[in-house]
Amino acid sequence: MTTAQTLPRSVAPPTPAPPRRRRGRVPGAQLWQASPLTYLALIMGSVLSVFPIIWSFIIASRDNSAVYEMPPVPGDQLFTNIDRMLANEDAAFVYGLVNSAVVSSVVTISVIFFSSLAGFAFAKLKFRGSNALLLVIILTMMVPTQLGVIPLYMMMVELEWTGTLQAVIVPFLVQGFGVFMMRQYAMSAISDELIEAARLDGCSTWRIYWNVVLPGLRPAAAVLGLLTFMQTWNEFLWPFIVLTPDTPTVQYSLKILSSGPYQTDYVALFAGTALATLPLLIVFIIFGRQIIGGIMEGAVKS
Amino acid sequence: MSSTVGAVPPSAAASPPSSVPQHRRPSYRFGRWDIKYSPYLYIAPFFVLFGVFGLFPVLYTVYVSLFDYELLSGTKEFAGLENYRVLMADAQFWNAAYNTVGIFVLSTVPQLVVALLLANLLNRQMRARTVLRMGILIPNITSVAAVGIIFALIFADRYGLINWLLGTVGFDPIAWRDNRYASWFAISFMVDWRWTGYNALIYLGAMQAIPKDLYESAALDGASAWRQFWTITVPLIRPTILFTVVISTIGGFQIFTEPLMYGFGLVRGGADHQFQTLAMYIYEQTFTGNAEYGYGSAMSWLLFMMIIIFALINFALVRRSVKGEKK
Repeated sequence: MTTAQTLPRSVAPPTPAPPRRRRGRVPGAQLWQASPLTYLALIMGSVLSVFPIIWSFIIASRDNSAVYEMPPVPGDQLFTNIDRMLANEDAAFVYGLVNSAVVSSVVTISVIFFSSLAGFAFAKLKFRGSNALLLVIILTMMVPTQLGVIPLYMMMVELEWTGTLQAVIVPFLVQGFGVFMMRQYAMSAISDELIEAARLDGCSTWRIYWNVVLPGLRPAAAVLGLLTFMQTWNEFLWPFIVLTPDTPTVQYSLKILSSGPYQTDYVALFAGTALATLPLLIVFIIFGRQIIGGIMEGAVKS
Repeated sequence: MSSTVGAVPPSAAASPPSSVPQHRRPSYRFGRWDIKYSPYLYIAPFFVLFGVFGLFPVLYTVYVSLFDYELLSGTKEFAGLENYRVLMADAQFWNAAYNTVGIFVLSTVPQLVVALLLANLLNRQMRARTVLRMGILIPNITSVAAVGIIFALIFADRYGLINWLLGTVGFDPIAWRDNRYASWFAISFMVDWRWTGYNALIYLGAMQAIPKDLYESAALDGASAWRQFWTITVPLIRPTILFTVVISTIGGFQIFTEPLMYGFGLVRGGADHQFQTLAMYIYEQTFTGNAEYGYGSAMSWLLFMMIIIFALINFALVRRSVKGEKK
């Protein structure tokens, strides 16, 4: 992907103090060189971060009698465990995976579309009240929407959407953070001259968005898409409330595996957590740099 | 909000008025309309969808909280502030509030402090920069449900990893669920594990915007690295710190999934509710048993108030203490 070259203003090396000018004389210069102690601390932090994940994969590969055995070395039961876990009809794990993929994809596409559209309007179009409306959008990020689940659930009952996928898609179609992020990116990435030129060529605003702005927003859209996809994939509370066990998302399937009669089949449960985490791990390993850039970018702007 | 949306009938785009004789081509009129009003059309979807599925439910919670509202029995009677009165005398509510605040403090304070220190470490010239950053961010991409399951086993009472480690250095095992404070610690540990790296990267992003010559001149004045951190870095990224404090407060008070999965998927939060949070109690009252929507809504609204109050307090506290360092 080309995103790597265009986005990372902040991902670029953290311009170290120029060593040439006053070499060695300035005690501050060494501040920007990582010391062995720095590496040690960061490596320890990374190990602490990665270990529980690796450990859960190890348990997924063991036999139930060996769950608690101590040096953490993998067993050879991984595929047996996965098979048994997938065969569990109550958890409907495969169905959960498919549902999660559908829900996360639809939400991601929608968030990218609406965020880039509104972000473009806020960044590049003049209209009355735009500053106040942008402020409203920023404030919406502060609303703890989870506290509205009871009326939201009542709405879903009213619409007869409980137990259906649209119940976990529609409420998440837009995102204040996304609009704000796209607006910030459009401000710096899309030049006013470009838009003026397109207008003189007779482009309507929509054409400008579709043919000029959207392609220019691609790097930021990719990051927003990755963050949204992961967030939606990991969503737990709302699917747990509004869906039913026969239409689960993958997180719901995990919940079923972890409670009730299956609770004691640890290795199958961990095969489940491993499979539920794996897609995101793959995404993260491929696009980690962009995701990190996106998180850091957000910091500078907010 | 609704007035801006109402001002733009979407159908106007499709039917440019043609009855009036014109000198200019119709596309010009469309162009004027397009420039003046189409921006509202582009931002309208956000406001409509957020209004209907985000804001409205939160506000409607207040209305529902004034009713004796049970879905199963079909009861819906106006009750005034009765739900709130009962709530004030409900020991389980106060217990859940106590747990929520305790877990919040234990999970947020170390998380943000460690994130700040980690960011400072990452803010150097180093090899394997991306790998190390990915290393500390990786917990954030795991699902909360999976994390809860994994840590439930790490903190298992009899054969868990932590108790095994304690045993090898000669300590007694800890009752990670039966003991209230031990359970808070374990749950907070999960939250910290998942969010510290994420916050560190947010801080790192802010730190990299600080001009480096500030540090150079401070170093020439003989300021130690630690002093530079406190007198330059921390004050200059204060807006970012305040932002994370507010966001963590909003998120932390709604904690639900971690304690749920830690308690094997049960909303009661331990045998004596020793780690039941407010969000879990709201769920228990609303979506299990009698399905008391009014009661659950009253609790939601009180939690909302708590979030606002604590967010303001934390905001003021941090702003004050960070400012103090600058002088």
